[in-house]
Amino acid sequence: MNLVEEALKGNYRAIARIITMIENDSPEGIAMMKELHLHTGKAYVIGITGAPGVGKSTLVDKIIEYLRNEKKKVGVVAVDPSSPFSGGAILADRIRMQHHFLDEGVFIRSMATRGSFGGLSRTTKDAVKVLDASGFDFIIIETVGVGQDEVDVVKFSKTTLVAFAPGLGDEVQAMKAGIMEIGDIFVINKADREDADKTEMDINAMLGLNPKKNGWVPIVVKTVATTGEGIKELMKQIDLHRDFLEKNTSFLYEKEIYKSEMEIATILKEKLFERALEKTKAEGGIRGYAEKVASREIDAYTAAEKILDTFKCCSN
Amino acid sequence: MEKKIKVLIAKPGLDGHDRGAKIVARALRDAGMEVVYTGLHQTPEQIVATALQEDVDAIGVSILSGSHNYQFNKIMELLRDKKLEEIVVFGGGIIPDEDIPSLKQMGVKGIFTPGTSTETIVNFVKENIHK
Repeated sequence: MNLVEEALKGNYRAIARIITMIENDSPEGIAMMKELHLHTGKAYVIGITGAPGVGKSTLVDKIIEYLRNEKKKVGVVAVDPSSPFSGGAILADRIRMQHHFLDEGVFIRSMATRGSFGGLSRTTKDAVKVLDASGFDFIIIETVGVGQDEVDVVKFSKTTLVAFAPGLGDEVQAMKAGIMEIGDIFVINKADREDADKTEMDINAMLGLNPKKNGWVPIVVKTVATTGEGIKELMKQIDLHRDFLEKNTSFLYEKEIYKSEMEIATILKEKLFERALEKTKAEGGIRGYAEKVASREIDAYTAAEKILDTFKCCSN
Repeated sequence: MEKKIKVLIAKPGLDGHDRGAKIVARALRDAGMEVVYTGLHQTPEQIVATALQEDVDAIGVSILSGSHNYQFNKIMELLRDKKLEEIVVFGGGIIPDEDIPSLKQMGVKGIFTPGTSTETIVNFVKENIHK
C-alpha cells in the first residue's frame, strides 16, 4: 500500500507505520514527511505539560471524552522518558485512556524521549504532523513529567496547558523561569484537595508579575480530572484562547514561523553534526579530538574550531 | 537512531494480579526495549487496537485467570483480521502444560510459566524479532 495516500485517508495502520519509520530515522520516512508537510496546518494542537503525577494523562482522557462528544477526531501523542542507561522505556500513559481504545475517532501513540531533553522526543513534532495531515481535528501532546525548563511543547502547540497539583512546591517554585512562562492556561488538577486555593493564589500572584504576553492574560482553571469536574470550564478557556489566536493572525503567524525556524535549526544541527563526523573520520572522529582534549594537548574550543575548519574547503 | 524493539505487555481477563506483567515489562525495558503497558482487564479488541496504533513488534500477554485458551484464540484471530500476523505473540502466567501445544498451534510463539527467568524472556524477544 502507498503509506502516504493511506495516511491521508486516515488509515490507522499507515499512520502508525509512518510514525515508526520517522522514529527510526529511515530515509523513506523522511521522504514521506516531505510529502505530508503540505497537508498539515489544519488541526488544533493542544500541549499539556507539568510535573510527574499531577494528572496529565487523566486530564487528556477527559479532554478526549469532551471532544468526542463534540464529534471531533482526536489524535494523542504521549511522551514518556527513555532510560539514560539502558535506552529502554516504559510507556504507560495509555493506562488512563483505556475508554478510548476502541473509539475509531481516537488515535493514541506513545513515544519515548530517546535522549531528548525538552520534554518531548525529537520526532514528536513529526508524529503530530502525520496526525494533522491524516485529518484529526484536535491533536493533544502530552509531555513527560517535567521539572522546570523542559518547554519544547510550546513550540508545537497552539494552546499550552501547564498542569499542577496542590501541595507540590511553594511559591518560590512558581517564580523560577521555565514552564511558568509558557502556559496559556494553568490547570490546578486534584482541586478537591486542601491547599488548592493556596496553590491558585500562588500561581495567580506569580502570573501578575509576568510581562504581558501579546495581549493574552493566562488564566487558572481548577479541575478534578478523575470526576470530570472543571473540564467544561477548561475547554471553554481553550476555546477562548483559540478565538484569541484566530483574531490575532499576526501572532499566530509568528508562532508558526518560530516553530518552523526551530524545526529547520534542529535538522540543520543534526546534519552538520553528521557531516562533522564524516569529515573527521581520518583523525579518528570526534573521539580523536576528545583524546587530545583529555590529555590537555588542546582545549575543547580549539578542537571544535579545528573541526569547523575541515568544512572550509570544497563544498561537499 | 538505532531501531528499537517495541513490545506491548497486555493483561486480559478478570484477574487483577499484574506483578508478573510488570516484572517482565521492567526486564524488557532494562534490555533497551520500549514497552507499552496498558493496565488490567483489557479485552482482546483493546489489545489489538493498541498494538496497531503503537505499531509494536511483539505482544506479551499475562493471564492467570484460566481463560488463556479463549483470550489467545481471540487475539490471534483479531491480528489475522487486521493483517498484523507479523507481530510476535508470547505469553505467560498460570498455564497448564497440556494446553501449551494447542496455544502454539494457534500461532503463539512462546509460553513462559512460573519460574522462567526474565533473561529467558528477553532473549526470546530478541531472537524472534529481527530489526
